[in-house]
Amino acid sequence: MLWFILRRCGSAVIVLFLGSVLIFLGIRALPGDPAVVMAGQEASPAVVEAIRHEFGLDKPLPAQYVDYVTQTLSGNLGRSTQDQLPVIDIIAQRLPVTLELSALAMLIAIVIGVGAGIVAAVRRGRFADYVATGFGLAGLSVPHFWLGLLGILLFAVTWRILPASGYVPFTEDPGQNLQRMILPALVLGAGFAAILMRQTRSAMLGALSADYVRTARSKGLSEVKVVGAHALRNSLTTVITVLGLQLGALISGAVVTEQIFVIPGFGKLTVDAVLTRNYPVIQAVVLVTVVGYVLVNLLVDIAYALLNPRIRLSGARHD
Amino acid sequence: MSLLEISDLTVDFDTEDGLVQAVRDISLTLDEGEILALCGESGCGKSVTAMSVPRLLPPDTTRLSGSVKLDGRELTTLPESQMRQVRGKEVSVVFQEPMTSLNPSFTVGYQISEVLRRHEGLSRQAAGRRAVELLELVGIPAPQRRMKEYPHQLSGGMRQRVMIAIAVACSPRVLIADEPTTALDVTIQAGVLDVFRDLRDRLGTAIILITHDLGVVADIADRAVVMYAGRAVEQAPVTELFANPRHPYTLGLMNALPSAAVNGRLAEIPGMVPSPLSDPDECAFQARCPRAQADCRLSRPSLERHAPEHLAACFHPGGKS
Amino acid sequence: MTETLAVPAPVSARRGRMWRRFRRRPMPMAGLVLVVAFLLLALIGPLVTGDPAQQDYLATLAPPSGAHPMGTDDLGRDAFARIAHGAQVSLQAGVLSMLLAMVVGIPIGLVAGFYRRWLDPIVMRLVDVTLAFPFLVFAVGLAAIIGPSLKGVVIALGFAQLPAIIRITRGEVLAIREMDYVAAAIADGAGDGHIIFRYVLPNCASPLIVQATVAIPTAIIGESTLSFLGLGVQPPTPSWGVMLTTAQQYLSDAPWLAIWPGLMIALATLGFNLLGDGLRDVLDPRSAR
Repeated sequence: MLWFILRRCGSAVIVLFLGSVLIFLGIRALPGDPAVVMAGQEASPAVVEAIRHEFGLDKPLPAQYVDYVTQTLSGNLGRSTQDQLPVIDIIAQRLPVTLELSALAMLIAIVIGVGAGIVAAVRRGRFADYVATGFGLAGLSVPHFWLGLLGILLFAVTWRILPASGYVPFTEDPGQNLQRMILPALVLGAGFAAILMRQTRSAMLGALSADYVRTARSKGLSEVKVVGAHALRNSLTTVITVLGLQLGALISGAVVTEQIFVIPGFGKLTVDAVLTRNYPVIQAVVLVTVVGYVLVNLLVDIAYALLNPRIRLSGARHD
Repeated sequence: MSLLEISDLTVDFDTEDGLVQAVRDISLTLDEGEILALCGESGCGKSVTAMSVPRLLPPDTTRLSGSVKLDGRELTTLPESQMRQVRGKEVSVVFQEPMTSLNPSFTVGYQISEVLRRHEGLSRQAAGRRAVELLELVGIPAPQRRMKEYPHQLSGGMRQRVMIAIAVACSPRVLIADEPTTALDVTIQAGVLDVFRDLRDRLGTAIILITHDLGVVADIADRAVVMYAGRAVEQAPVTELFANPRHPYTLGLMNALPSAAVNGRLAEIPGMVPSPLSDPDECAFQARCPRAQADCRLSRPSLERHAPEHLAACFHPGGKS
Repeated sequence: MTETLAVPAPVSARRGRMWRRFRRRPMPMAGLVLVVAFLLLALIGPLVTGDPAQQDYLATLAPPSGAHPMGTDDLGRDAFARIAHGAQVSLQAGVLSMLLAMVVGIPIGLVAGFYRRWLDPIVMRLVDVTLAFPFLVFAVGLAAIIGPSLKGVVIALGFAQLPAIIRITRGEVLAIREMDYVAAAIADGAGDGHIIFRYVLPNCASPLIVQATVAIPTAIIGESTLSFLGLGVQPPTPSWGVMLTTAQQYLSDAPWLAIWPGLMIALATLGFNLLGDGLRDVLDPRSAR
């Protein structure tokens, strides 16, 4: 098991290294003098020179990369061209908002998606299965942002029971915070619930027809135990894998959702940075996303191994 | 009264191709401490017959009629909740596939303890202690250590023994063993059969042994029912059956045994099993039968008594009358 | 899977059988209908509806009526004309990005699968790295580099689909190389090119067709999402995403503006998804449950 974790960590480090090279090169692939681009077109020559120096843009590329990595590791991600604030402070302020939104959405998706998937598999070919499968297909086909607009249209414009947009920090007023987060979280979670539901259903169908489920029935166990313990335990690995694979979609979805509901999170920061060509922020945001994504995938892999004794005990994994 | 009485059992399955007739009008009895073999080729209905007892056939697609009585209690109409008290406690099953019949995500110890906690109301610790004894009983060395292992860490023979330990955990009255030795090496087969014999002698468990291997039948069974195309074609005590087979199909199966090979060649039964989708009024075996005559195609022979305990369904039976 | 590979039935007979299996299922047929309707809207719609930039100053934010069946937007432009032209943009984004991914991805997958020893680890590591960038973040980065436009959208979406195409092609190559008859052909001294075109590519066709029906709706949603955020197609080009950006500002005055484009995206995507599920059942029975 230790060997397995070490190997996964090793490959995560490689991916992070290549990813950082890609980001580094990507920023240098921008048209024009990167110093001018970073400073903004209207910046004075002195500011451009300062930036050139700050980023070490007068050195050769490999040296620049080493600088970039050491700077990054010491927490210096540059300053925003908008307001000259350190990028790391901006991110530290925006990230928790997005984490709260994503966690809520994930929670909603797991409860609805896994629950509906189990019910659909157990009631295969019956009414409940058709309803769940239908919602699953609809959930896959409806884009987040339209669902968001419909949500606002219904809950905020027509029925006026929830605010249309805005954000109140949880530490300030938990009630207000949740009231404003519930609709975005539902919108963000809906697509996930659909994907999870489809995968859970198909994994459960496979497990329910397995020989070991028949064995469990032959022991006289209740249907709750047969489905909930024997079949579900073996389906969970699939569900976990899907969760890992869909994390990118969750991040993408958060970007859109925050834009619609005007939530000052990491996603809105990303879009605003691109629209204002705020390159230091773009660079940092992409890097943070990649790091987070790789780390979470690492955790998913480890959770997967913990659930699957074959991997846990041997350290092997057949991909 | 026998321990288990199956009468006029008929089972059909709904499939995309139509109604499949798996079992036709089977009647048989099983006494306490008796080992009854159900034999025949794959698809002859022997497994379906046996699985009808604990009602482990898929409920959505199975159509079952007839009666299954355990100690005089009708099982086919028993409410599902009461049926769950029967499964694993009074009737238990050892399945054919030791590789896939154990849950890969739970330890061996958990899977044995589970059935004890369900039916005997044992605590986790007590069930664990009993599980170790059971592993010892089925001949697994170092049972304490095996308890914490997962199925994939065990060999096929070991897993089959674990399956047997689960099945006998609550000292069932009836044990159904579905091809328990087929997937195993010959050397391990004998050990598994010894476990069954031991159980019968010690606990008086009645065993239904499903097999296509007449060698196994001769080795362990007291009585045998030979099935063909969903019907019982011959039924007799094992010594009588081997000494004096009546039905040409039984004879064919015996000639297919390695020990019966003439000049080192195995005799196989020519032809194919008829489709389970149709059921014409004729002897199902006539197309493959060396003794078939015109009357075999005109009506179906019924089971007739040829000797006190010997029944066969054939118009032209062999052996001494 | 072996029987489909062993002795292939005449192609026409196989197609006939697949079509019959396909036609019997209601969901894939509904998907096919939706996809055809989407194609008609994209290809013929713009010819019928007229100029999407035509402004009617007397009827801004007008609800649906005889003259404007889907209403008008804030500038008095006919929503239906813009929907039809938007379909064209969606179709372009979907098909072009899918083709881009195939054209780049299939050769890479083939080469990686074929030269396992030294190319494969490099390619697969790169695929892992690409997968480490969530699609939208990737697209955002690209939009930052090449600027927001349909071209940027197509490139970003195409590259986002690349890993899947590479993996599928590589997987098929690895599987097919193990087949006895291919091993025999290799032993007979058949060239790599012969193996690739005679055995590998025909067998990749089914999973890749299925993947295409996944790639197109993903790209349709991707295009509208990017355009909605202002990172994709730019106004005044009528894209469904751009239309929704406008609609968001007039949500309480003109809700119909938000309904139509979203409904179109959902129906087109649903159509491709249903079609894809059906094709998967028919073409790629392994993955079907």
